[in-house]
Amino acid sequence: MGKRIVVPFGPQHPVLPEPIHLDLVLEDERVIEAIPSIGYIHRGLESLVTKRDYKNYVFVAERICGICSFIHSSGYCQGIEAVMEIDVPLRAQYLRVFWSELSRMHSHLLWLGCYADSFGFENLFMNAWRIRESVLDIMEETSGGRVIQGSCKVGGVRRDVSNTRLREIVRSLETIETQITELTEVFLNDSTVMHRTKGVGVLSESDAWKLGAAGPTLRGSGIKSDIRTTGYGAYEFLKMKPVVHHGGDCYARCMVRADELHSSIDLIRQVSDQIPDTEIEVKVTGGPNGEYFSRVEQPRGEAVHYVKGDGSKNLVRHRVRTPTCANIPPLLTMLAGCDLSDVPVIVLSIDPCISCTER
Amino acid sequence: MSYITKSPWIIHYDASSCNGCDIEVLASLTPLYDVERFGIINTGNPKHADIFLITGSVNEQNKEIVQNIYAQMPEPKVVVAIGICASSGGVFRECYNVMGGVDKVIPVDVYVLGCAARPESIIDGVVKGLAVLEERQTALKEGRSIERKVVEVNRSAGKAESANESEVSL
Repeated sequence: MGKRIVVPFGPQHPVLPEPIHLDLVLEDERVIEAIPSIGYIHRGLESLVTKRDYKNYVFVAERICGICSFIHSSGYCQGIEAVMEIDVPLRAQYLRVFWSELSRMHSHLLWLGCYADSFGFENLFMNAWRIRESVLDIMEETSGGRVIQGSCKVGGVRRDVSNTRLREIVRSLETIETQITELTEVFLNDSTVMHRTKGVGVLSESDAWKLGAAGPTLRGSGIKSDIRTTGYGAYEFLKMKPVVHHGGDCYARCMVRADELHSSIDLIRQVSDQIPDTEIEVKVTGGPNGEYFSRVEQPRGEAVHYVKGDGSKNLVRHRVRTPTCANIPPLLTMLAGCDLSDVPVIVLSIDPCISCTER
Repeated sequence: MSYITKSPWIIHYDASSCNGCDIEVLASLTPLYDVERFGIINTGNPKHADIFLITGSVNEQNKEIVQNIYAQMPEPKVVVAIGICASSGGVFRECYNVMGGVDKVIPVDVYVLGCAARPESIIDGVVKGLAVLEERQTALKEGRSIERKVVEVNRSAGKAESANESEVSL
C-alpha cells in the first residue's frame, strides 16, 4: 500500500466552467475517495420569491442556470399555471416544446465540446461549439436571446413563431443534423476517444437506481426514465422514445446524449407539423393559492419545481430540485477507484451544472 | 485602441453567476468569434494570465478564491467584470448570499454589461482592457507605481451597503 495523499480538484480548474471543489484522496495514482464541497455559487435566489411578484419571478427562475434557462422558466410557469388552473393555449405549449428542445440541443452540444476538452481534444471542442452557434442563431432569432431567452411567461409565451418560419427552421436543422452525425461519429467511433471513455467511470444499474441518478447519467446505466414520457405540456401529443444505453460508463453517457440530439430534432419536426393556430397567451389575474410539484425534463435530467402560494402576489415558497444535485452521489461512486488522469472526464460525464445545484 | 505587442492570456472564474455569461466567455473563444486567432488563450494558471475575466456577484465562500487568483496574477494585470451581476449584483442583488459586484472584493478596471453579456461585448471589454494593460506596462517600465482604487468591505457586516472606500496604491 502506497502513501495516501490528498489532491484538491477545483474550485478554479481549467476543465470546470463552474466551481466545485473535490478533495481527492489518492493512493499512488489511484483515487480512493472523493470528498466534495459545494456552495461557491449559492446565491439564495429561492428567497427572492417573497420579494418579487410571481409573474416577475419568471425572470429570476430563468436565471437559476444559464444553460437550461428556458426549461427552468417553463417548469416554474407550469407550476403556477397548475395552481391557478389556467388553460395554456396549445400553440404556446407547442412553442415551449420547440424552445425546450432547442435548449437541449445547445446544452448537449456544449457538453460534447467541454467533454472533448476534458480529455484534451481541443479541435473536437471547437467543432462542437461551432455547430452549437447555428442552434443559438435559431434561438436568438425566434426568442430574442442567445442563452437567456425570456420568452416564457405565466399563461403562455411572449413571442410567436410563424408556421412558415418553423418549416424553414426544420429545413435548416437538416444541415445541422448532418454536421451532428459527423461530429458524434468521432465521439463514438474514434479509437483514441474510445480509449479514454470506454469502461471509465462505470456506474452499475443498481447503483444508479439506489443513489438516485437522473437524466442521461441514469439512462446511460440502462434505466428507462424520462419525464417527457409523462406527457407534460405538448409532449402529450408528440411521439418520443427515451434513449437508453446499458454500458454505465462515460462512453454510454456520451451515446445517450448523442442520440438525444437526434430525438430533439425529431421532436422539433413533429412540432412544426402539428402546431395548431391558436392564441399564444391568456390573461392571468389574481394570485396563486395552493401548492404544486411541477416536473420537467432538463438536458441533465429531471428538475422539480415546487411552488406554494397563499393567494397574494408573492409566493410563500419556491423550491427547486435539480438533476446535478441528484447526480453528485453517483459521481462520487464513479470516482472511487479511478485513475487521477480520468477524473476530469468522469466529472464532466455527469454534465455538472453547479449553478442549478446551488441556486 | 491600444497597440500592445504581445497577445494577452486570459483566466476565467465563475464567482456565483448563473452560467450564462460563462458560456458566452467560452463562446468568444470558439470558431464563430474566435479570439484565439489573435493569440488570446484561456489559461487555467493565474501565474500565466494577464486579464482576469470574472462573472457573477461573488458570495462569501468564493470571495477568498477570487482574491487568491487575483493575488497570484503577476503585474501588470487587468480585471474585467462580465455581466450585470459582476457589475452591481443585477437580478440577484437582493439575495441574502451575494456581495453585489466584483468591485466589493477586488479592484475592477472594465465593466461589461448585459444579462447575459454577448460575446461581442465581452470581446469589446477585453479590447478596452488592453489599453489599461498597456498603460500599466509603461508605468512599470518607468518605475511608477500602479494606482488602483480598492474598495474594502466591512467583513463583520458582510453586506454591500456597509462598504467603505479607500484609496490605496498597490
